[in-house]
Formats: sequence, C-alpha cells, structure tokens
Amino acid sequence: MAAGLATWLPFARAAAVGWLPLAQQPLPPAPGVKTSRGDEVLVVNVSGRRFETWKNTLDRYPDTLLGSSEKEFFYDADSGEYFFDRDPDMFRHVLNFYRTGRLHCPRQECIQAFDEELAFYGLVPELVGDCCLEEYRDRKKENAERLAEDEEAEQAGDGPALPAGSSLRQRLWRAFENPHTSTAALVFYYVTGFFIAVSVIANVVETIPCRGAARRSSREQPCGERFPQAFFCMDTACVLIFTGEYLLRLFAAPSRCRFLRSVMSLIDVVAILPYYIGLLVPKNDDVSGAFVTLRVFRVFRIFKFSRHSQGLRILGYTLKSCASELGFLLFSLTMAIIIFATVMFYAEKGTNKTNFTSIPAAFWYTIVTMTTLGYGDMVPSTIAGKIFGSICSLSGVLVIALPVPVIVSNFSRIYHQNQRADKRRAQQKVRLARIRLAKSGTTNAFLQYKQNGGLEDSGSGEEQALCVRNRSAFEQQHHHLLHCLEKTTCHEFTDELTFSEALGAVSPGGRTSRSTSVSSQPMGHGSLLSSCCPRRAKRRAIRLANSTASVSRGSMQELDMLAGLRRSPAPQSRSSLNAKPHDSLDLNCDSRDFVAAIISIPTPPANTPDESQPSSPGGGSRAGSTLRNSSLGTPCLFPETVKISSL
Amino acid sequence: GRGQGTEGQWELMRPTKKALKQRFLKLLPCCGPQALPSVSETLAAPASLRPHRPRLLDPDSVEDEFELSTVCHRPEGLEQLQEQTKFTRKELQVLYRGFKNECPSGIVNEENFKQIYSQFFPQGDSSTYATFLFNAFDTNHDGSVSFEDFVAGLSVILRGTVDDRLNWAFNLYDLNKDGCITKEEMLDIMKSIYDMMGKYTYPALREEAPREHVENFFQKMDRNKDGVVTIEEFIESCQKDENIMRSMQLFDNVI
Repeated sequence: MAAGLATWLPFARAAAVGWLPLAQQPLPPAPGVKTSRGDEVLVVNVSGRRFETWKNTLDRYPDTLLGSSEKEFFYDADSGEYFFDRDPDMFRHVLNFYRTGRLHCPRQECIQAFDEELAFYGLVPELVGDCCLEEYRDRKKENAERLAEDEEAEQAGDGPALPAGSSLRQRLWRAFENPHTSTAALVFYYVTGFFIAVSVIANVVETIPCRGAARRSSREQPCGERFPQAFFCMDTACVLIFTGEYLLRLFAAPSRCRFLRSVMSLIDVVAILPYYIGLLVPKNDDVSGAFVTLRVFRVFRIFKFSRHSQGLRILGYTLKSCASELGFLLFSLTMAIIIFATVMFYAEKGTNKTNFTSIPAAFWYTIVTMTTLGYGDMVPSTIAGKIFGSICSLSGVLVIALPVPVIVSNFSRIYHQNQRADKRRAQQKVRLARIRLAKSGTTNAFLQYKQNGGLEDSGSGEEQALCVRNRSAFEQQHHHLLHCLEKTTCHEFTDELTFSEALGAVSPGGRTSRSTSVSSQPMGHGSLLSSCCPRRAKRRAIRLANSTASVSRGSMQELDMLAGLRRSPAPQSRSSLNAKPHDSLDLNCDSRDFVAAIISIPTPPANTPDESQPSSPGGGSRAGSTLRNSSLGTPCLFPETVKISSL
Repeated sequence: GRGQGTEGQWELMRPTKKALKQRFLKLLPCCGPQALPSVSETLAAPASLRPHRPRLLDPDSVEDEFELSTVCHRPEGLEQLQEQTKFTRKELQVLYRGFKNECPSGIVNEENFKQIYSQFFPQGDSSTYATFLFNAFDTNHDGSVSFEDFVAGLSVILRGTVDDRLNWAFNLYDLNKDGCITKEEMLDIMKSIYDMMGKYTYPALREEAPREHVENFFQKMDRNKDGVVTIEEFIESCQKDENIMRSMQLFDNVI
C-alpha cells in the first residue's frame, strides 16, 4: 500500500525522536530531498475527458507511468495538461487506484482491454484488489482457455494440409481420428458402425424364443440354439472386423502405450476377447458355464458406438467429472439404506410370515422404497413399520434429488464447451481464409508497386502508373524499406506462384486459392521474374493490377477514412504488411487502421473484377466502386488486426 | 481531558465480548434484548469513555452494532488547528488529505497504528514500540488517535524547540506517566527498539545488548544515581550531549 506508506512516512520519521536520546552514535544527517511543498493539481486529458488530481496522488506509486517522469512524455505544453490517447472509461479505474490504493476490475469491459490498459499505465495485474481479484482471475482464465482452445483447434485443424511426407502410419491415424478427411475413412467408419449394430442386434435376437415351424410339442428354444451356425458365423464376422480394426489402430497409433491404456481400446479388447476365449476353451460342461457368463461381455460392444457419437462421449466425460458427486450420492444412499433397513427389520420382527427375514433382506425393501419404485413384494404390516416406511420414502426423494443438480450443471457446462468448440471450428475456416487473403494481399502490394515501375526513377510522373503515384507517405517509406532489403540481399520478393514455377514444381498456391476466390486472383496472377515469359507476366500483371487495385481501392477508401488522408479515386496499392513481424511491430498505431481496412475486405468475390478480361488498371474503377460500398459495410475486426500484424 | 471536551462530535460504540452471550440469549424465545441490562457494560467502560451524551441505542443488539461500527470523527476547524500547532495552513491541508485518505473514519486505533508502523520495518517486530508510540500520541488516552492528536504530536516533534522534543521523548519513555523513568520502563523501551531490528543483524544481537544499553543510558542520565531518571535530569543530560543535539536537525525538513 504505497499510498499509505507515503502518507505515514513523515510520521514515522518524526517518531524517530524516541531513538534520539538513546542513540550511542550520532545519527546520520537527513537527506536533503527537495519535496514540493505545495501540492498542485494536475490535469490529465484522456481522449478529451479531463481528469484532475493532486500531484501527490500520482506520486504515490512512483513505478507506474503516471507516478514517474514517464508522464512528461505525454505533457502538452500548449494546453498545460497531460494528454493520453486511451480509453477514458478505463482510465477512471486506473486513477481510482491512485486515489484509493485498490484497483477494481470493471465488470462490463473486456478483460483483455483492461489488461492492455494496465500494461500501458505500468500497473501490474496483481494490484487488482481482493474484492475484484477472484472475478478478474476467473475471467482471465476463461479467456486464456478459449484462446488456448483456439490455438489447439488451429494446430489440430482438420484441414487438408497434411504434410506431404507423412508416413502411412500418420495418414492411417488421421483417417481413424477424422473420418471425414477421406472417403475411404468415411466408408470404414460407417462399416464398423454397421457391424457394431449388427453384432449387438444379433446378441439380442439370439435370446428370443422362436417357435419352430414343425415341432409344436417341443419346448420353445431361443433363436440362438435353433440356428447356432448362423449366429456363430455372424459373430465370427463381426469379431474379425473388430479385431482387424483394433490391430490397425494399434499399428497407426503415434504412441502405442498410450493407445493401449486408453478407454476406447480397452472397450475394444473387452468386446472381442470373449469370442477368443470361447474358441480356446474346450467344450466341456464344467467350463461352459463360465463361458456362458463371458458372453455377457459381448454387450460391451455397444460402447464402441461412443466413437461414433459425441453425445455419448460427453455423457461419459460428465460422469467422470462428477465422480465426487456420484460418490457422495452413493455414500449417503448406502447410509440411509442401512439405517432404514435395520429399523424396518426390527419393526417387523414380531410379525408372522414376514418378508423381512433379515437386515440384508430389508435392504431390498429400502432401496425400492427410497427410489419410489414400490414394487410391493415386501410390505410392512405393523404400524411402526408403516411409519418408518413412509419416512423412508420421503427421505429417499430428498437424498436422491440433492446431487442431481450438480451433475446436471456439469453436463451442461461440458456440453456447451463442446458446442463452442464446434462453432469455433466452423468459424476457423472463414478466419483462416481471411488471414490468407490478407497475407497474400499485402505481399502483392509491394510486388505490384515494383512491377508498375515504382523502382525506377520517378522522373516524369505521367509515365508511372497511377497506383504508384498516389501512395501514402507510409507506403512510400515501407516500400523503400523493402526495396533496400532487396538490394542488400541481392534477391527480390516474389509470390508463391512464380516461385514455384521457377522451381519447376506445380504451385501449391492453388490449394489456398480454392478457399476464397478473391485470394485466388492475386495468387494466380503474380509475377515478378522479369526474365522469363514477359508476355505472360505482363498479362498476369495487369490482372494483378486489376484485382489488387480494385480490392485495394476499397481498402484505401477505408484507410482514407481512418487515417484522414485525402481521398483519391485512382487505384492505389494497398499498404503492405509483409510477413515480417518485426517490421510491422515497429510501425506505429496507424498500422492498425491499415490492417483493419485490409481485413474488412473479406469476401466480396462477386465484386472483384473478372479475371478473364485483361483490362487496363483504369478499368478497375467500376468494380472498385462496388467494392467500396461493400467494404464500407463490413465491420473492422480489431482483435484480429493485432494478431495479423504479428504474423 | 479532551474526551469530554467540546472538540468535534463523536459517538463511540465499542463491540463488547458480552455481545456473544447476548446473541445466544436472544435465540431463546423468553429473553429479549430489552430485558438485558447494559449496566454491567457501562460500568466496565473507563470513566473517560462515558460520553457526555446518553447512549441512544443498545449496543448489544447485533443490527445496531453493524450500523454503528463506523465511527466518524471530524476535527475542529482549520483555524483552530493552525493556532494549536505550528504548521501552516497548506501543510495542514496536505496532512489532513493524506490522513483522511488512509483513515476515512477520522481516527486511528491501536491495531491500525501498529500495522501502519510495521510497514516501515519489515524485518523486525515493531508492534511493541508502536504501542508505546500510540500511547504517546494518544494524549487523552481514549484508545484512538484522531487528527488533532496526530497533528499535535507532529507539530511538537517537527516544529518544536529542542526542549519540546526532549519533553516529548521523555513522555514516550515514561510508560506509566508518573514523571520518572525507571530501569524497567527503559528496558521495555529498549527491547522494543531492538525488536525492530529483527533477527538478521551484524553483528548478531546478543541477549544482553538491551540491558547493557540501558545501563549506559542510566549512567549517562541518572545524575543522582537514584535509579530513576526525572525530566530535569533527562533534559539536562541531553543538552550536554553533543551527539544528541546534532542529531536534532533530523527533523528539520521532514514536512
């Protein structure tokens, strides 16, 4: 509590008078600290909202921005106030921290925004006061979990991007885990599902008594004994398929030990083992009793369905996570059963021909009564027995109802989590497409600038393409920077297509272009190797100019709006945020606006100019105008901009 | 005393140990709060505590305790404080703003005092010395230090003459306020000061260090060797000691 310390320090120093007469050595002289005698009022202007506070208040925490000399960087001599271009609502909390010594967390703001403000003002998140700390931590943890899930989903994405050099094992495993990646996997998935169903149904049907056609007199036999051959064949077929599947999974598993210990593999083993044990065991009567019991385990095959059904998995996971509640339920039920069984037994002891022959026998009655089943096979006849019986049934309702809401809420939470994961997977595709578009678009701005002769001397302005002339200062400098890099390394920037063409390999860029049609255009039409195929390059370049010009015009429009630059109807190159993280991070906040503009052009594929017609850059104006409208409508997504700029 | 004085307005309701018993008795349907006399409680409070106005509310009832748990003490006007102390108006303003920020209720009680003081001495245990300090600041012995007490003490120490300061120090040492310091009192004070050093010192603290220090002190201060140090002896001896006089300039620019 630095605030307290600062206030009480003079007092503590004054209290040293008590040591004075006792000191055996002379006390050191006091420091000649020039403290400001007068307290002045400072004006802090945060985005137009003026906050006024005593200077002493801010000086309480000297290791923060406002308490140290760092705030002098923000001092505006003309107006005599400290100007911060930040969120005024959040600043309120920051300033209150100085005043009261406690940092409170606003409930309705995004926790990440709050964190950013704290980081800016030099406040450590641990300063959050106890009243808000728990909530702050919870929200932060939730956010972090969500972001971690995001990353996981990204990495474990089921996109078609399987590394080219993946072995058979990896592909097999992937096919098993994500059946919809390839048709073969899908077929296999359904086939196994079918056979599981068949096996389970066969087990069930086996026991139905079927009436023989001819023999009326003989007793009815279950179908299993009438048609043993047929059932044996079906069983064999199912088991063979399950065994094969299990062995394949075992082979493909990246970590075989872990696979062997996983629940699903255990279920598989339990499902097929009885059959093999049945084969090995000789058919004599002693053992066949045990063998018959083993057949019960065949019903576990139904659990194999949990690979096919997510709901089952959720249910299983819920039960596992509610283990403690279930345990409590079981324990309390057991206690109650024992108590009531004892009571009922002694209450009914005197009656003749009573069903309550022993306390364990009374267990059955207690269970049936507590769960309100009430079969009626055991009924108390004494009055005391009836009284206790009614108490038993009433308490049963209570005891069972208590842990149930906990289990239900757990299930709901896990279910929603799963739903969220699914939703995010769906959104991921769109997001990845946008990211790819942005990346490709930014690279092409520079390429187009070069291709349009920006690298040559800007002698006569009319010879240069319009898109080169009307660039913002930022773009000019950025392009100059990239140009310098090229000159340093004696290499040039190109795009993926030309690069792979130069390598002689088929361009994989087409793959990404399939995701969005807009991205396909720049990807498909880049060219910078001036040496080869100038004609093709020129045609592609024109298309490039078209597409990027039109697309970028929309962005430039937004840029103009955001950065307050002058509007220009001519096509301009898009500001390029190359895939160099340190470059983009060095840029000032303006880059955010630019990137926002770029991101906001996600998918107006219909509006981009037709690639089939090579037209002059000027012709892009038509499409550009439509694009302008559409791009204005799309919202800017700021959280992603930060992420993009760090790509 | 200042307790019954006209300065400020205040109501003091202190939670008592008997509250638990009363609460338990309240649960029984026969006993209600009105049936319980608060005489014993009134008698238990020291004389200086009995406020000049009658108690309006029964302090034993839980709800009232809750409502009255915040004490509000307002100091007298700025002008009066200016007269009484040697601080300028601006200094008083700054002091009060800090004080009020830390103690919105207007007073500091012993626990808070100890806690505040201990923040300055993290290594050792300053609670005993803080208690002595508290008693020294709390001139009217009402168990709390108000702003007036605080400022009065500071004024003496920081703006007073050498004699004033020595007087104040003597008052601090004289634990039972009988006008003379005995060896036992001085030993207590010495121990409390050494406690503030904590365990990790160089050279290591020995058990008999405080006692030796007390012996030295008495040798220096006790002129007539009667085993106690009176105020005159104290001031006289301190004025003769150059170290002490030189160290007095410590307090020149604290505020």
